[in-house]
Amino acid sequence: MLADKDRIFTNLYGYQDFGLKAAQARGDWDKTANLMKAGQDAIIEEVKASGLRGRGGAGFPTGMKWSFMPKAPTPERPNFLVINADESEPGSCKDREIIRHDPHKLIEGALIAGFAMRARAAYIYIRGEYIFEAKVLEKAVAEAYAAGLLGKNAAKSGYDFDVFVHRGAGAYICGEETAMIESLEGKKGQPRLKPPFPAGAGLYGCPTTVNNVESIAVVPTILRRGAAWFKSFGRENNHGTKLFQISGHVEKPCVVEEEMGIPFRELIEKHCGGIRGGWDNLLAVIPGGSSVPLVPAAMMMDVPMDFDGCKAVGSGLGTAAVIVMDKSTDIVRAISRLSYFYKHESCGQCTPCREGTGWMWRVMEKMRTGNAEIGDIDTLYDVTKQVEGHTICALGDAAAWPIQGLIKHFRPEMERRIHEAKGDDMLEAAE
Amino acid sequence: MADAAHTPNEADARAQFGAFAFSAENKKTADMYIGRYPAGRQQSAVMALLDLAQRQVGEETQTQGWLPVPVIEYVASYLGMPYMRAYEVASFYTMYNLAPVGRFHVQVCGTTPCMLRGSDDIMAACKNRGLVKGATTPDGMFTLNEVECMGNCASAPMVQINDDNYEDLDYDSMTAILQDLSDGKQPKIGTQLPGRHTVEPYGGATTLQAMVDKNHDYRGEY
Repeated sequence: MLADKDRIFTNLYGYQDFGLKAAQARGDWDKTANLMKAGQDAIIEEVKASGLRGRGGAGFPTGMKWSFMPKAPTPERPNFLVINADESEPGSCKDREIIRHDPHKLIEGALIAGFAMRARAAYIYIRGEYIFEAKVLEKAVAEAYAAGLLGKNAAKSGYDFDVFVHRGAGAYICGEETAMIESLEGKKGQPRLKPPFPAGAGLYGCPTTVNNVESIAVVPTILRRGAAWFKSFGRENNHGTKLFQISGHVEKPCVVEEEMGIPFRELIEKHCGGIRGGWDNLLAVIPGGSSVPLVPAAMMMDVPMDFDGCKAVGSGLGTAAVIVMDKSTDIVRAISRLSYFYKHESCGQCTPCREGTGWMWRVMEKMRTGNAEIGDIDTLYDVTKQVEGHTICALGDAAAWPIQGLIKHFRPEMERRIHEAKGDDMLEAAE
Repeated sequence: MADAAHTPNEADARAQFGAFAFSAENKKTADMYIGRYPAGRQQSAVMALLDLAQRQVGEETQTQGWLPVPVIEYVASYLGMPYMRAYEVASFYTMYNLAPVGRFHVQVCGTTPCMLRGSDDIMAACKNRGLVKGATTPDGMFTLNEVECMGNCASAPMVQINDDNYEDLDYDSMTAILQDLSDGKQPKIGTQLPGRHTVEPYGGATTLQAMVDKNHDYRGEY
């Protein structure tokens, strides 16, 4: 188990004050200017060397993303950093804890990351429903300004940098980076076509990098303790520590920072008090938030919880939002509810997603009650394939994958319901 | 917005809100928000201003507020943008109410992580108190809605009522919260499990115990 001294978010549970003084006593904002003295390129190299991969779900190497930003921005076309705090993926609840309990890690990270990518300012886009969290964040930003840590000559580094908070208003799609940029410009949050990529033309047409809260908030600690320290955790290509959020049918759901690659069973045993009703009662797990396919119990037990480990069982680490389902779960309903979520959150821009999410949900509801034909399962699978990959953003894929996962692993259960609803004679098990 | 509640007649809304303008204090806040964006990019502030306007309507009507057409028009002209661009935003995002809501806007999360932990019971508790999904109670006290994942999954099931989250609910605690609110009392915000602080494992954190009682600095142990 990761030692407490190697945890980045020491005030994760909010036992202590989030304010500047308390944060400084925990080590935040400690000689930030010295860290920045190394220079922009050295910071980017260090982040690259640490092996940090984006914590928002896609797992793109963070340092490499920063290196795409123009090296000599002009005042008319400055660089921007946008921090994605629009945490809306069902199962995810880590950014909330960072923001309400350790906001100064994020703000200091914003300054350092913004400096490294030569940004003029950072916008933190926080989801609208995080009302209390936004208040905390505003307070923390104001504290940082009052202490001279932001603004002109931020933290006495000689660099001018602003951090602004922008509240969303309840649209999951704004977690997609180009939708977020649209939303920041005061429009409907509908994703843009790529290219041009945000690093070329993003917010207000200026070069922009969008990073997840956790990716930014870990940067100051990585620089302080060194890339080698961060890299010492986890497996090749899956380094560092990670906030895991475990929800659903475990004895004690929680958010906890652990080493990447911790086996699923160990994670649950150590921090969550085990599966409700014991390990034999485990039915399936969604390891990375609603957008990734579920994994049946037998395959999941010993999976190392990192990007490659989850990929190997046909799923993904996503945001490390682990949704656990025991045998009392109506698995078809659980996935159908996710289909409703995607229907609700589709922005309506691309036809396959706008029409497809609604259609998939309606058919999933028929599957739930068994009021369908066996052939409908194949039609449903076929439609998910038609939605997947045929939309501007990944919401179409995200809506398709959970259903594909369900059909792949729980087709017999779907067929059983259809037979049962028809009153067909069930095959009796041999005595 | 498929589940949008009945929107009042526009003529009535104009009669009631035709003269809407930000209060002096809200005007200051609005200008502060506009100042966060580069010159000429004031449209970026439309989300913040719509929220502000909705809150002001709420104060004026003793509810959680909504956005009648003349109020959206006011915000649009405040930012020098076409009405339709502001309306587009107001209708796209779910947190803007296009129809009036009650004094307490009860938003029960029903997405899978909450569903697994028993959000059906929370809905049942609301129903048994006379709340109806998508509607406001006749006394104007409660509006009930089912919302999508609110990001409180490790302390599910949860409900957001006005600006506050109530987490780790069950049928009884939800009933008690609704009772308190109708009695004019403020229920405990956050987790309803006795002894749980936030999102640590129930019964005591498995990590970072040194932080529980004092602001521990781990740097000495590196």
